[in-house]
Amino acid sequence: MPGTIVDDVEIIDAGHGGGTPPPAGGDDDGDSHRPRRPVPPRAYFTALQLGLAAIVMFFMALASSYIVRKGLGLDWQSTPLPRVLWFNTAILLASSATIVVARKKLEGGEREAFRSWWWVTTGLGLLFLTGQVIAWHQLAASGMLLATNPSSSFFYLLTAAHGAHLAGGILALFYVAFRPWSRSRISQSTAAELASIYWHFMDGLWVFLLALLTLGR
Amino acid sequence: MVTHENGGGHEQHHPPSGFIRKYVFSIDHKVIGIQYLMLALFSVFVGMALSLLMRLHLGWPTAKFAFFHGGQMTPEQYLALMTMHGTIMVFMVLTTAPQSGFGNYFLPIQIGAADMAFPVLNMLSFWTTFVSLVVMICAFFVSGGAPIGGWTSYPPLSALGEIVGPGQGGGETLWIVGLAIFCGASLMGALNFITTLIDLRAKGMTLGRLPLTCWTWFVTAILGLLAFGVLLAACILLLLDRLAGTSFFIPGGLVVTDQVITWHKGGSPLLWQHLFWFFGHPEVYIAILPGMGVASHLLSTFSRKPVFGYRAMVAAVCGIGFLGFCVWGHHMFVSGMSPYSAFAFSILTMTIGVPSAIKTFNWLGTLWGGKIQFNCAMLFALGFVSLFVSGGLSGLFLAQPALDLYLHDGYFVVAHFHLIMGVAAIFGMFAGLYFWFPKMFGRFLNEGIGKVHFWLTFIGVYTIFMPMHFLGLAGNPRRYSEMTAGPFLLALQPVHVFISIAAFITIGAQLIFLFNFLWSLFAGKEAKEENPWHATTLEWSIPSPPPHDNFGGVEPVVYHGPYEFSVPGAADDYIPQHLAPNLVRKA
Repeated sequence: MPGTIVDDVEIIDAGHGGGTPPPAGGDDDGDSHRPRRPVPPRAYFTALQLGLAAIVMFFMALASSYIVRKGLGLDWQSTPLPRVLWFNTAILLASSATIVVARKKLEGGEREAFRSWWWVTTGLGLLFLTGQVIAWHQLAASGMLLATNPSSSFFYLLTAAHGAHLAGGILALFYVAFRPWSRSRISQSTAAELASIYWHFMDGLWVFLLALLTLGR
Repeated sequence: MVTHENGGGHEQHHPPSGFIRKYVFSIDHKVIGIQYLMLALFSVFVGMALSLLMRLHLGWPTAKFAFFHGGQMTPEQYLALMTMHGTIMVFMVLTTAPQSGFGNYFLPIQIGAADMAFPVLNMLSFWTTFVSLVVMICAFFVSGGAPIGGWTSYPPLSALGEIVGPGQGGGETLWIVGLAIFCGASLMGALNFITTLIDLRAKGMTLGRLPLTCWTWFVTAILGLLAFGVLLAACILLLLDRLAGTSFFIPGGLVVTDQVITWHKGGSPLLWQHLFWFFGHPEVYIAILPGMGVASHLLSTFSRKPVFGYRAMVAAVCGIGFLGFCVWGHHMFVSGMSPYSAFAFSILTMTIGVPSAIKTFNWLGTLWGGKIQFNCAMLFALGFVSLFVSGGLSGLFLAQPALDLYLHDGYFVVAHFHLIMGVAAIFGMFAGLYFWFPKMFGRFLNEGIGKVHFWLTFIGVYTIFMPMHFLGLAGNPRRYSEMTAGPFLLALQPVHVFISIAAFITIGAQLIFLFNFLWSLFAGKEAKEENPWHATTLEWSIPSPPPHDNFGGVEPVVYHGPYEFSVPGAADDYIPQHLAPNLVRKA
C-alpha cells in the first residue's frame, strides 16, 4: 500500500493541494506522527456557544408562539405581574455582578475571596428561584392558574422554562466549586469562565422574557 | 450548560476491560456508532413490519386474517400502524442511522481525532435515544394502543385525548414524551458533532480537505441543533394542552363525537403546524444530507476520479441547509394561508432546485470518463442518485400551490417523500454499509448476495412508488385504510394490489440483506488489507477494525485533499490524505 512501503522517494508537484499542511489548530512542529493532544479547552467554549444557540431557538419558538397566540383572539387577558418579579430581577442582575467579582478574585489568586463571592452568586441564584416560586404563589392566589388564560399559561411556562435552565446553571456553579480540578482536562478558572458565560446568558434571557411579559401583555 | 468530562484526555482512551463498559455503556464513538446502527436496524424492521400489515390491508381490504382482532383491520388500527411506521422510520431510522450511526463512527476518524469531543455526552445521547424508542414503542401496549394522529400529530385531534379516538389517550401522550426525549438526545448529539468537527481536526485537515461526508454530517448537525429545540418547545405546548388544560393549539367551539368541547378556546392548530414544520422541513435534510455525502464520497472513490466541483458541492450542501429553514410553509399550502405567503414559500422551495441540480450535475461530472467499479457500495450510491432525482423532480410539482392543493392529500405526496426522503436516504445507508463494513468489522459483506439485494431493492422500490404517483394524480387520497368507498376508488384497487405484491417482494429482499449482514459478520471474507478499496481518507490508514483510540495514541497529519484520485505524475491512482508529499511515488 502506498504510504507504508516506499520504493522510490521523490516529490511530485501535481498541483492537487498537496504540500506542507497548514497549521490547523495546533502549535506543533509538524512531525508526521505526533503524540495525541487532549481535547483543547476551546472545545468547551464552542460547545457552550452551540448549547446557547439551541437554547435561543427553544425560547424563540416559545416567544413566537406567545406573540402569535396573543394576536389570535379575544380570549387573551393580560396577566398582572407580581411585584416580586422586580425584586427577583434585581437579585439576578446582582448575581451577574458578583460572579464577575468572583472570577476576578480567582484570576488574582485569592481563592478564599473567590469561594465567598462564588457562594454569594449561588445564593443569589437560589434566592431568585425562590422569588419566582413566590411569584407563582401570588399569581395563583389571585386566581390566575396555568389554564386560566393563554396569557397566564405563557407566564407559568416561560418562567418555569427559564427557571429550569437557571437551575442547571446553579448545578454548574456547585460543580465548579466542588469538583477536584487537578485531574481535569480544563482548569477551574476555565470552568468558572464557562459557568459565568452561561450565567450572564441566563440573566440576559430573563431580562428578555420579562420585557416580553410586560411589554407584550 | 457545557458538560465536563471525567478524567484527562489520555486516561479516557485506555480501552475498557469489563463487558458493560466495553459494549453497553461505552464511551468509544465507534461502539456508540454501532449501537446507533443496531437501534436503527431493529427499528427499520419494526417499521417495515408495520408497512407490510398496512399493504396487506390496502391490497385486500375485505380479506380476514387471524392475527387481527375480529379478523379485519379497523380504520383506527390502520392509522395507528401508519403513525408508528412514519414516526419510527423518520426518527429512529432516517435520523439516527446516517448521522448518529455512521457519523459517530467515521467523523472522528476521518478528521483524525481519537474520539468525539465529549465521549460521555455521546454515550448519554445514545441511551437517551434508546429511552425515547422504548417510550414510543410502549404506546402500542397501553390502553387504546398507539396514536392515530400521523407522524405530524396535528392538533386539535392530537390535543384532545381519548375522546377523539383510541390511541389518542395514553398512546399519544407517550408518543409526545418519547419525541421530546428524542429532541434532547438529538441536541446533545448535534452539539458534540459540531464541536468535534470544529476543534478536533488533525493538523493539516483544513476545511477544504474535509471529506464531503464530514461536510454533510457537519451541516446536518447544525440543522439538528437549530431545529430540535423548536420541536421540543412544540411538544411541551402540546403536552400542556393535553394534560394541563391550556389552549395553545385548541380552538373553541369544537364538536367531537357529538360532544361540544367547552373547556378549551381560542387556540390555533396552525401554530402547531408552523412550529412542527419549522423543524419538519430541516428534518428532511437531516435524513438526506448524509446520504449525499456518502454518495459523493463513493462516486469519486469508485470512478477513481476527484469529486467534480468540490467547492460547489460544499456550497450546495450549505445552501440546501440554509434554504431548508426558509420553506416550511410549503407543507401548509392547504391550510388556507395567504396566497402571498404561499407564493413566497413556493419560490423559496423551488430555489432548492438550484443546489440540488448542482449536486446532481457534479455527481454526473464525477462519473464522466471515470473507471467505474460496479461493486455493491457503488451500485447503491448510483441508486441514491437515481432516487434523489426521481423523488426530487416531483417536489417541483408539489412546490407550486396551485398543483399542491390537488395533490397534497393524495398518494402523489406519499410517492414523493418515500422516494426522496425514505428510500434515497436508505440507499445512502446501504452504500455506506457495503463500503465501510470491512473497516467496521474486518470482513466484507458478500458481493454476490449484495448484488441480488441491490437489484431486487432498486427495482422493488420503483415498482412500489412509481405507481403511487399515478394513484395520486387519479385522486386517490392518502391515510385511508381502504379504497372501497366509491367507483373511482374501486377502479384503482388493482394498482394497490400490484403495489402490495411489489412491497412484499421488496421487504423479502431485505431479509436477504439481513442474512448477508449476519453471515458476513461471522463468516464473510476477511479484510486483510487496511485499505481494500484503495481509498484516500484517514479511516483507511488504520487497521480494520480500528483500535480503541483510532490512531494508536498518535495524531495523523494531513497533506492532501480528500479526493486525489488519478493524479497526473503519481504512480498509484490514489494519494491517501496522510501521505507525506515526499512519500508519494512518482510514475
